[in-house]
Amino acid sequence: MMHIKNLTKRYEQKTVVDDVSFQIPKGKVISLIGPNGAGKSTVMGMISRLVARDEGLIEFEGKDLKHWKSRELAKRLAILTQSSNIQMKLTVRELVCFGRFPYSGNNLNEEDYKIVDKAISYMELEEFQDRFIDELSGGQRQRAYIAMVIAQDTEYVLLDEPTNNLDIYHATNMMKMVRRLCDELGKTVILVLHEINYAAFYSDYICAFKNGKVAKFGTVDEVITKENLSEIYGVDFEIQTVEGRPLCLYY
Amino acid sequence: MALLVASIASLFVGVLDVNLAGLLSGDFQQLEIFVISRLPRLLAILCTGVGMSVAGLIMQQLCRNKFVSPSTGATISSAQLGILLALLFWPTSSLWGRALFAFATAILGTWIFVYFIQRIQFKDVVMVPLVGIMFGNIIGGITSYLAFKYEMNQALSTWLVGHFSMVIKGRYELVYLVVPLVILAFIFAGYFNIVGMGQDFSRNLGVNYNLVLFLGLSIAAMITASVVVIVGSISYIGLIVPNVVAMFKGDNIKGTLVDTALFGALFVLVCDIISRMVIAPYELPIELVVGIVGSIIFVGMLFRRLNGPRSKRARLSAGGTGCSASADSALKEEAV
Repeated sequence: MMHIKNLTKRYEQKTVVDDVSFQIPKGKVISLIGPNGAGKSTVMGMISRLVARDEGLIEFEGKDLKHWKSRELAKRLAILTQSSNIQMKLTVRELVCFGRFPYSGNNLNEEDYKIVDKAISYMELEEFQDRFIDELSGGQRQRAYIAMVIAQDTEYVLLDEPTNNLDIYHATNMMKMVRRLCDELGKTVILVLHEINYAAFYSDYICAFKNGKVAKFGTVDEVITKENLSEIYGVDFEIQTVEGRPLCLYY
Repeated sequence: MALLVASIASLFVGVLDVNLAGLLSGDFQQLEIFVISRLPRLLAILCTGVGMSVAGLIMQQLCRNKFVSPSTGATISSAQLGILLALLFWPTSSLWGRALFAFATAILGTWIFVYFIQRIQFKDVVMVPLVGIMFGNIIGGITSYLAFKYEMNQALSTWLVGHFSMVIKGRYELVYLVVPLVILAFIFAGYFNIVGMGQDFSRNLGVNYNLVLFLGLSIAAMITASVVVIVGSISYIGLIVPNVVAMFKGDNIKGTLVDTALFGALFVLVCDIISRMVIAPYELPIELVVGIVGSIIFVGMLFRRLNGPRSKRARLSAGGTGCSASADSALKEEAV
């Protein structure tokens, strides 16, 4: 369980995250959505300890995030951002092995290698495992990073715009993967997403941001309504139902 | 293996004839030369090669830029300034005293450089070494000015152009300095790799980014300073050797550190043998030979990258010159 209370972040005089409070339920997929500059990525940064907060409390498993040892936290919570260095000539397998670092440092034992193998086969990367990551396509590379996160074996997985720069095919596969991480591996997945339809179709809960505040938080059906979205994004929306899920139309 | 052969060859190349038969038969004069000059020289060469290429590799990993090295990152010129300061303010200083000064300035210079390039996020990878070279030249300018003002040019020139001819018996200091530092680099190798993947990536794995960055840069700067104090400035090795090795072995520092160290040692050794044979019985400064051989290898690398077969192209481009690599191979993937 993660409790976020009165979270605030200012850059110079501008308040980008303003008194944000919500709770992240365990074993679910939670998407953070909102217009550009609404503060969703900053909130993601703060709950993953990549960004320092100015005020507020983030209680993770009963203890303030600040009081966790960084390496212990790395066994419980994994974050994937877009800023990783893909120019590095590392093989897929070497990358996935980094996921075991919080447990065994640089000297992986047999069990670590078993977990690495499992993560690679779970992401169907066996045939690529000795290829360099800079030689892979965007979709394959993204899968390699997810494999690393699986090897890191954390209860919480945070993904910052995982569908960025991916085409429709790879982005959809990515979202299906997110669902599997939750349903099959029992992980709590928190995403920052731009495409509201992906959020609506693949998440359990949605937290919508506007102007640094939480505009709406709740289940998909509670948040994805014509009135809510029109107010948050400032454009007209139509909501239809496909496979029992809301589908947003905007133009 | 090649390193071993070259090492043995190095022991027997020189003005005075030294051969195995002479040594074994107990020729006192030959034995004396062997112990006083050849052996210390070989050790110094090996340490320089290992040290400079390991320092270069660490700097490239930590700065995430294939063009950063002790010579393009202001480390060498900072160390030279340190030596000059030591000569000025502490004329009676021993080698260790000068080393201490060089350590301090080399570390400081490298930190300032890295702090600067981290604050200004350059879009173009080539900008980083350019800034480094400019920064190095500024420091070099200060050094020259001080040297002229206090008429220290003569003394300083020893440290401006690297050469091994001064390394004789009793001057094993380089070994004492470089070996522990390189061992330290081996211990932390895995951390350098993770930090090379970026700040968020390191934090995610629970690695203290800034601490490892400063530690790694300090190790690289101290190795460089040790070499500068004893041998003088030797550029290029820290740039060329890690790049050549990465082309074939990739960037996992745990896998490449040993290869880089060995290849660096071999490279300097071969250059040193050339420098002693070209105009024998005199010898050229090693800096000159390294510069020429290094440039030829570098140009060769670029040509191979341009003309190489298609399958090899993607692999080579990534290792050689960084920036265009990912775009190049990404395009290729798209096309397939």
